[in-house]
Amino acid sequence: MRKLTLGLAAAITIAFAGGVQAQTYPTRPVTMIVPFAAGGPTDIIARIVADHMSKTLGQQVVIENVAGAGGTTGITRAVTAVPDGYTIAMGHLGTFSAAPATYPGLKYDPINGMQAIGLAGGTPILIVARKNFEPKDLKAFVTYVKANSEKVNEAHAGLGSVSWTTCTLLKAQLGVPKINAVAYRGTGPALNDLVSGQIDFMCDQIVSVAEQVKAGNIKAYAIASKQRSPALPDVPTTAEAGLPEYQIEAWNGIAGPKGLPKDVVDRLVAALDKALNDEGTKKRLLELGTVLPTAEERTPAGFAALIKRDADKLSPALSAAPK
Amino acid sequence: MDMIANLTLGFGVALSLQNLALCFAGCFIGTLIGVLPGVGPIATIAILLPITFGVDPVGALIMLAGIYYGAQYGGSTTAILVNIPGEATSVVTTLDGHQMAKQGRAGVALGIAALGSFFAGCVATLFIAALGAPLTKLALLFGPAEYFSLMVMGLCFAVVLARGSILKAFCMIMLGLLLSTVGTDLETGQERLTFGFPPLSDGIDFAVLAMGVFGFAEVLRNLENPEARDVVKAKIGRLLPDWSEIKQSINPVLRGTFIGGILGILPGNGAVLGPFASYTLEKKIAKDPSRFGRGAIEGVAGPESANNAGAQTAFIPLLTLGIPPNAVMALMVGAMTIHGIIPGPQVMTKNPELFWGMIASMWIGNLMLVIINLPLVGVWVKLLQVPYRLMFPAILIFCCIGIYSVNNQPVDVAFTAMFGLFGYLLIKLGFEPAPMLLGFVLGKLLEEKMRQALIISRGSFMTFIERPISAGLLIVAVVVLVIALLPSISKKREEVFVE
Repeated sequence: MRKLTLGLAAAITIAFAGGVQAQTYPTRPVTMIVPFAAGGPTDIIARIVADHMSKTLGQQVVIENVAGAGGTTGITRAVTAVPDGYTIAMGHLGTFSAAPATYPGLKYDPINGMQAIGLAGGTPILIVARKNFEPKDLKAFVTYVKANSEKVNEAHAGLGSVSWTTCTLLKAQLGVPKINAVAYRGTGPALNDLVSGQIDFMCDQIVSVAEQVKAGNIKAYAIASKQRSPALPDVPTTAEAGLPEYQIEAWNGIAGPKGLPKDVVDRLVAALDKALNDEGTKKRLLELGTVLPTAEERTPAGFAALIKRDADKLSPALSAAPK
Repeated sequence: MDMIANLTLGFGVALSLQNLALCFAGCFIGTLIGVLPGVGPIATIAILLPITFGVDPVGALIMLAGIYYGAQYGGSTTAILVNIPGEATSVVTTLDGHQMAKQGRAGVALGIAALGSFFAGCVATLFIAALGAPLTKLALLFGPAEYFSLMVMGLCFAVVLARGSILKAFCMIMLGLLLSTVGTDLETGQERLTFGFPPLSDGIDFAVLAMGVFGFAEVLRNLENPEARDVVKAKIGRLLPDWSEIKQSINPVLRGTFIGGILGILPGNGAVLGPFASYTLEKKIAKDPSRFGRGAIEGVAGPESANNAGAQTAFIPLLTLGIPPNAVMALMVGAMTIHGIIPGPQVMTKNPELFWGMIASMWIGNLMLVIINLPLVGVWVKLLQVPYRLMFPAILIFCCIGIYSVNNQPVDVAFTAMFGLFGYLLIKLGFEPAPMLLGFVLGKLLEEKMRQALIISRGSFMTFIERPISAGLLIVAVVVLVIALLPSISKKREEVFVE
């Protein structure tokens, strides 16, 4: 009995010692929810960044794919979790800026109801078309689409997807919001029908379409960023090609529940920043056509401002879009 | 010849010690997860993805591909032994495979499944090597209209799957179609049949439905009458097929390989149709169709070959075009991207060692799978002697783990339990779950492709008839239906449908 008591006492002492030591976050693996299926663009960026963040945090950052409802299922789970820093999420333009206008019954408020942590990277958007589509450049495309709005078909990867969100903005800016839109289950099938010429055009992330453009299976009219992409240096920006108002990027960034302790946020921001400064991580992200975030965008305030800015830009077009 | 040079390059890559080891690891893991009900290749590849970070891209993809086609081998084991299809493609194997197991021929069924899969895998690998690039064009010929017509044809096959009344089978197909419409509408984003219940907003997962109506329901049925349950007490019999059984299976294997291989190339998971189409064909041309559903070896050999051929040719659109035809291939795209290879039409020329190395590794992998699987047949069959009181909790636990791993949603497990009760009810009332699952699998694609085709054609149904491939497929569908529904046309109808 006495031995047992001694043993227990020793065990308790050890447990306490451990507890005191472990006051610095994190003491156990951090779950990063990716609200899409494994293998998609957001998942890939999350895995690359999480891989390096694990080294800085000294604990594994585990990716959990919780797909559903355009990514809102996973984000809902993350931002309603206990704000202890052990559940965070990698969301994107759609889940953080577009979702409130896309899904009227959304269960979270990306502007006021969550803690932005930082931007992980931006992905340029391209306007692409089947290779034998009549218009030769972006100006001709704009004229053609306006004149033939009853005839052309646009493909997108489903309501709430990046391709839907960005193309809805394009159609609203061109004044042809009602162009025939064909929904596909993901970018792959949509791209298949664009390559085979069933569909006329779509807007999508550079990582999905760049190889098809290089191979000449589809053609790219413009890239909706401020600068050309090294992945496709021949494709002009929308400003160069005559449609400067169409500026949109599909970014991915990290957020957590509202009420995260400041030291936890600081740890995560520092780990993200360190990952983005690492040469290996940088190289892998750049290979994907990712635009690395500015110092400002890597901070919670800068990321929150970006979410708000794009939400304001997209909301009118998305709310009015035919659903 | 280019192909010889290319294959030499490929084997040079695939035969390196490291890649051989990775290929073996992939095949072995694939076999195991195939055997575990519910744990599918998607969840496994997603979990193992980070482990491959340290390996070079070719090795990583060789291993991940091994997991995928290894799972197709392993999947037939659970279908045959305990009547649980882990994947949509092994639903058909339960029909005759499990009957064979009940008759004490589990070893023969497992053996022929492994041998048929090996043959199909080898042929499909050669097929990819020789014709991969030109066959890509086939994938591009299939637009939404063609795909819709293909699905219609598939549904007509489903009627033939019935072991009992056609009317009941028809009802089950309709129920399957109806279940497939649950969830968020793809075109409008409206929720349908979800009753405002959020977990239903993405529809019902195939694994949830299949584990429920097959796995859980089967357990319930077996518990009802412990003495008569299938698995125990069945005599084991021979472990491997004998010469006469192999001879009987050669033609079904050849036909299954061909059908599965062609359907596997199609975008949008055409591989799912392969086993169903093969089974239908075998039953149609058999001298005595009444044996089907009662342990006909052709009903295992054909579909299993089709399944594996399709699993391999599904790599064609991914490797030659960079466009994934199904969810597993989409994950492979992710794996390639993470490893710095952006999939696209130029992978073949820019990364020849990856392209040909993977193809060579598939052949090696198939050989490994036969070597892994044939000795395991004895082990699996012995599992049947495990007392059922130990077996059924194990089945249930593995099913639950598998279902949870699909979406990380606890509510999915509860749904499976509900479908289990429903499946038990179906068994009691004499309804077949297989046609329902086919309707469910095809329903989503059927609706999606029909609406895409109609949006593109501005609502004109003529699009399905004006396009030659689509029209051809619809004609086949009509012919199948006419033969099925007009008894006077064929005296054989009785033999084919009523057993």
